[in-house]
Amino acid sequence: MSGAARIEFDHVTKRYEGRMEAAVRELSLDIPAGCFCVLVGPSGGGKSTALKMVNRLVPFDSGDIRIDGRSVRDLSPVELRRGIGYVIQNVGLFPHMTVADNVGTVPRLLGWSKSRIGTRTAELLELVGLEAEYARRYPAELSGGQRQRVGLARALAADPPLLLMDEPFGALDPITRVRLQTELRRLHREVAKTVIFVTHDVDEAISMGDRIAIVREGGTLAQYDTPDAILAHPADDFVAQFIGEDRALRRLAMHTLADVPLETVSRQSRETVSSRISVRTAVSHMLESGSDSVIVVDDDGQALGVFRLDQVEELL
Amino acid sequence: MSPLAAGPIIPNFGHGNSCVTGDHIFCWSWVRDHWNDTLGPALVQHVELTAIAVGIGFALAFTLALLAHRFARLEHPFGVFSALLYTIPSIALFQLLVPLTGLSWTTVEIALVAYTLVILFPNFVAGLRSAPAEVLEAARGMGLTRRQILLRVELPLAVPAIIGGLRIAVVSTISIGTIAAFLLPKGLGYPIFVALGNPTPFKTEIYSAGGLAVGFALACDAGLVGVRRMLSPWTRRGRT
Repeated sequence: MSGAARIEFDHVTKRYEGRMEAAVRELSLDIPAGCFCVLVGPSGGGKSTALKMVNRLVPFDSGDIRIDGRSVRDLSPVELRRGIGYVIQNVGLFPHMTVADNVGTVPRLLGWSKSRIGTRTAELLELVGLEAEYARRYPAELSGGQRQRVGLARALAADPPLLLMDEPFGALDPITRVRLQTELRRLHREVAKTVIFVTHDVDEAISMGDRIAIVREGGTLAQYDTPDAILAHPADDFVAQFIGEDRALRRLAMHTLADVPLETVSRQSRETVSSRISVRTAVSHMLESGSDSVIVVDDDGQALGVFRLDQVEELL
Repeated sequence: MSPLAAGPIIPNFGHGNSCVTGDHIFCWSWVRDHWNDTLGPALVQHVELTAIAVGIGFALAFTLALLAHRFARLEHPFGVFSALLYTIPSIALFQLLVPLTGLSWTTVEIALVAYTLVILFPNFVAGLRSAPAEVLEAARGMGLTRRQILLRVELPLAVPAIIGGLRIAVVSTISIGTIAAFLLPKGLGYPIFVALGNPTPFKTEIYSAGGLAVGFALACDAGLVGVRRMLSPWTRRGRT
């Protein structure tokens, strides 16, 4: 097991007993291998349910879910789950096991040798940014952010092609949260796995996702596309309202000055900015300084061109 | 037959030193003289009495708790039954059992086992249930089987509650065990009964037997605390 897997939701429906409304209705999603896909929507919209149907913690009533073309019902739940990484909001580390033993859980179930588990654990702790000395600690000795790092390492232990993450950063303070979001993106580029990530936070969805599936109440899919496309063309009023009135600014935040066409340098511009900053930040600079253009420079301070305030319209 | 059962050999006010004949507060000489024929055997019997009661009680409570944990429906009836047992005063329970099992070791053990069960069962069930919901969800999500979750997660996490229950059960069994002397001339309760049976209760005997019971209970309790520390090292370390 390794690499990434393609995940297909094929008209999946789940109805909880005693409820009129379906939790998930006719959900179809095709998630390409290696994609970081975010399921986002209002609370109680069925996104967590959709996620848990993939590893069969929640059984679905009709339709099918396929991993690389193979139905999740073809395997026993236990076998299926050992091949899928699972990260939840409250982490759920085993309090009676050290960090190393927590991380080694699935490899032990799979019968790996002790030395292989040891090597893998050390490798994973490094990957999630924890020093080796943490291996012998107990979860009670860690901060919330450190626990979620261990949770992530534990989910990645057996190198599964798919990672399911259920609001993994929901319980963290904003600073730790942003740090872990950034690291998870970096990690996703390094390990190239398919990730399905559930959140109710639109900002998190936009900053994390290669693709975003917006799920509305009743568990139906409202829109499934790249963040940029969703911000540019919300499918309907629900999506438009959900992603917020400031979607134009959100779009500007997604692009850096390196992505946009620049004009040749003219004398009028005084202020210089790095090409690494977002268009949104550049606009903010211009509004603050009262100028209508900035000179964009690369990391060596070499001028790349000029970005004018009135170019913004063309970008939207 | 134990020397205790042979008849009233103690205290003999006609013999011994002035401390004993005068029934002073505590006479070490009496304890020395009667360790081999009275206190020592009584202590050994008390240890046996306790070990058997707690051992059987533990096995039963553990089995019942596992059943109640697996089949939630059973917990309530088990709990009510054991709670009812506990409401019966121990002396009355002995009396109820005598027609069935006679003035025997069995009668004593049945009563003591019943009491340990009442203490251990709810503690064990609570212990098995102490694994947090997110821990169980993570365990399931990683592909642990039900049996693996029990053995690798729920049982280790139940250790503090299990030992906690054992501590109460052991101490109370040692204490209730002294009442067994109503039925049988055995255990640390017997020297106390004999001493109380004198026209003037013989203090040294009461204090020494009582003191041994207390010492035995404290030793067991300390031992169990040690076992818990050894089996659940994670409970000792908090966030640094």
